[in-house]
Amino acid sequence: MRFLLVEDNAELGEAIVARLSLDGHAVDHASTLGEARDWLAVAEYDLMLLDVMLPDGDGRSFLRETRTTERLPVIVLTARSQVSDRVDTLDLGADDYLTKPFDFGELEARCRAVLRRRGTPAPTVIPLGTAQFDPSSGTLTHAGESQPLRNRELRLLEVFARNQGQILPKSQLLDRLFSQDAEVSENAIEVYIGRLRKRLSETGVQIETVRGVGYRMVTP
Amino acid sequence: MSRKSPPSMVWRSIGQRLTLLLALIAAVLAVLSWWMVSSFAREAAERTQDNILVASATTIAEALRSEQGVIRLELPYSAFAMLGAIGEDRVFYRVAADGTVLTGYDDLIPPTLPQSPSDVVVSTLEFRGDPVRMVTVRRTVLAGQQPVPVMVSVAQTRAGVAEIGLGLSRTAGLLSVAFFALAVGLSAFAARSSLQPLNSFAQAVTRRGPSDLRPLRRRVPDELEPLQSSLNRLMERLGQSIRRSEEFIAEAAHRVRTPLATVRAQAELALHTVEKDSEREMLRRVIRAVDESSRSASQLLDHATVSFRADALAQERVDLGELAARVTASLRPTAEMKDISIRLDTAEDALVRGDAILLESALRNVLDNSVKYSPEETEIMVSLTRDEATWRLMVRDNGRGFSGEPLPELTGRFRRGRNVEKIVGSGLGLTIAEEVLQAHAGRLELSTPENGAGACVALILPAA
Repeated sequence: MRFLLVEDNAELGEAIVARLSLDGHAVDHASTLGEARDWLAVAEYDLMLLDVMLPDGDGRSFLRETRTTERLPVIVLTARSQVSDRVDTLDLGADDYLTKPFDFGELEARCRAVLRRRGTPAPTVIPLGTAQFDPSSGTLTHAGESQPLRNRELRLLEVFARNQGQILPKSQLLDRLFSQDAEVSENAIEVYIGRLRKRLSETGVQIETVRGVGYRMVTP
Repeated sequence: MSRKSPPSMVWRSIGQRLTLLLALIAAVLAVLSWWMVSSFAREAAERTQDNILVASATTIAEALRSEQGVIRLELPYSAFAMLGAIGEDRVFYRVAADGTVLTGYDDLIPPTLPQSPSDVVVSTLEFRGDPVRMVTVRRTVLAGQQPVPVMVSVAQTRAGVAEIGLGLSRTAGLLSVAFFALAVGLSAFAARSSLQPLNSFAQAVTRRGPSDLRPLRRRVPDELEPLQSSLNRLMERLGQSIRRSEEFIAEAAHRVRTPLATVRAQAELALHTVEKDSEREMLRRVIRAVDESSRSASQLLDHATVSFRADALAQERVDLGELAARVTASLRPTAEMKDISIRLDTAEDALVRGDAILLESALRNVLDNSVKYSPEETEIMVSLTRDEATWRLMVRDNGRGFSGEPLPELTGRFRRGRNVEKIVGSGLGLTIAEEVLQAHAGRLELSTPENGAGACVALILPAA
């Protein structure tokens, strides 16, 4: 997916760009509203992440301005947590609202929810063996039959699909799947690996266990 | 704190003060008019008596004749008949020629004597134990060739005059009392009607919503103009200071939350590169600490908002069904991360009266708790049912439940259940929800479902 990130804090912006890139997304980073307008004029995006307090203006008025011309889904990133701010922001036409600091897993979940709600056509379908995997709608289609994936299965499969052939350590997969405030043992990952293997059983795609290190997805 | 000796009741109300003042003026005017009317009446009665006495004395004097050098007098009846007009008073008379009494009472002696025929002496004196009014006129009668001055005195007691004066004065008194009563009534009416603009002004201010700080633009009497403009200035300053503190809070939150977000993002990135378990655990702790401080900040702000808004509770019509749908939709992505599904069983026209923002805060905190404490791949049920005069918005999860603690204690500030382990939280969630419900004359009900698994939190609100 292609994101436009509008965030004036350079360090936070870079971290978000780096993290989204890890998941295989393309991100353009604007640190002012002016830059954001320039990007919007030249590129097409699937989603905009918008900070509301920017050096050259209020993100909310920018939101109102873009709502009139663009159909681009917007998730507002804000330091204001109050319900009244949330209501105001959503009234201005934002699709969702995320309070800083946020969990990347949650950002991803909200992006997916927004895109699903908007009915935006799937930007990328990843072929997996004889099956088609659509991360944005969360479905795996095989032999004309599409099965919906549970959220964790979907996220796990997405990580494997974007890193085919690479060995992924257990700990890294764990971080992707579970939020940091939950206490999870490394064995929890095996449950989800088992489920994915079952779902992929007829596609020719395999998830191999690399003993002592992690897992690897191999396509025929 | 309160000052001793409060001002007397009268001065607490401008209306009473005005009425009393006007009534006092009316009383003074009534007494004055009574006094004037009754003294005029008495004077008029006296003058009438004097005139009759003069007429009577003159009639007698006209009857004086001289026959062969002797002065004779046949008392005309009419002279006394006219005196009978004034009450039952006794009449005395004395006719004396040159010091010799011709007829009448010897001892009825005028204090002074008229010096010419046109002269009339009127006097008041005591005669035989009664006050009398006496008139003396002078006539010159020719006895032979000799002119002889004859003094005719007529006196009458004054009881009749006093009675007439008293009667008139009583009538005047009654009129004054009636006038006074009417004046008091009119004063009260005048006070009320002149205070009417003040009352309607006060009502206009009272009717305003708690957050309505627009200037008042009413047509008010000149006297109220300074009040209106100073109220407007006050509201403007109030609005400015509210805006300033809101800006300050926004700025403070921004200053704190943005670096926290940076820390969290960097720590999450670092987790992807760090291999050693001990280091990974350290990074997780950083993330947990960031989440904890961010959550506490949010809930403290929510709590402050509740305290602030509950003081002057808005009375909008809020549709609980829409509210539940909105909150559920916004928490669904978070729940999905743990493969928790939220089922919503809503109702139509679930209207309550109150502050939509606060009610949303309450439900959000309750539902957020459920998502947080529910295990993976479970279901949370949000249901809205009508229960006679109340709406019951219930959140039921399959989480760890309330661990057998006394349920009322869990809504205490910063209280958390004993079984929360490492889950990030500040312990304000249920407190916020309970305070919101109390402000709306509702209540929060915590219970454990019959099968003993999970927790059940019900938000109970009176139906609009």
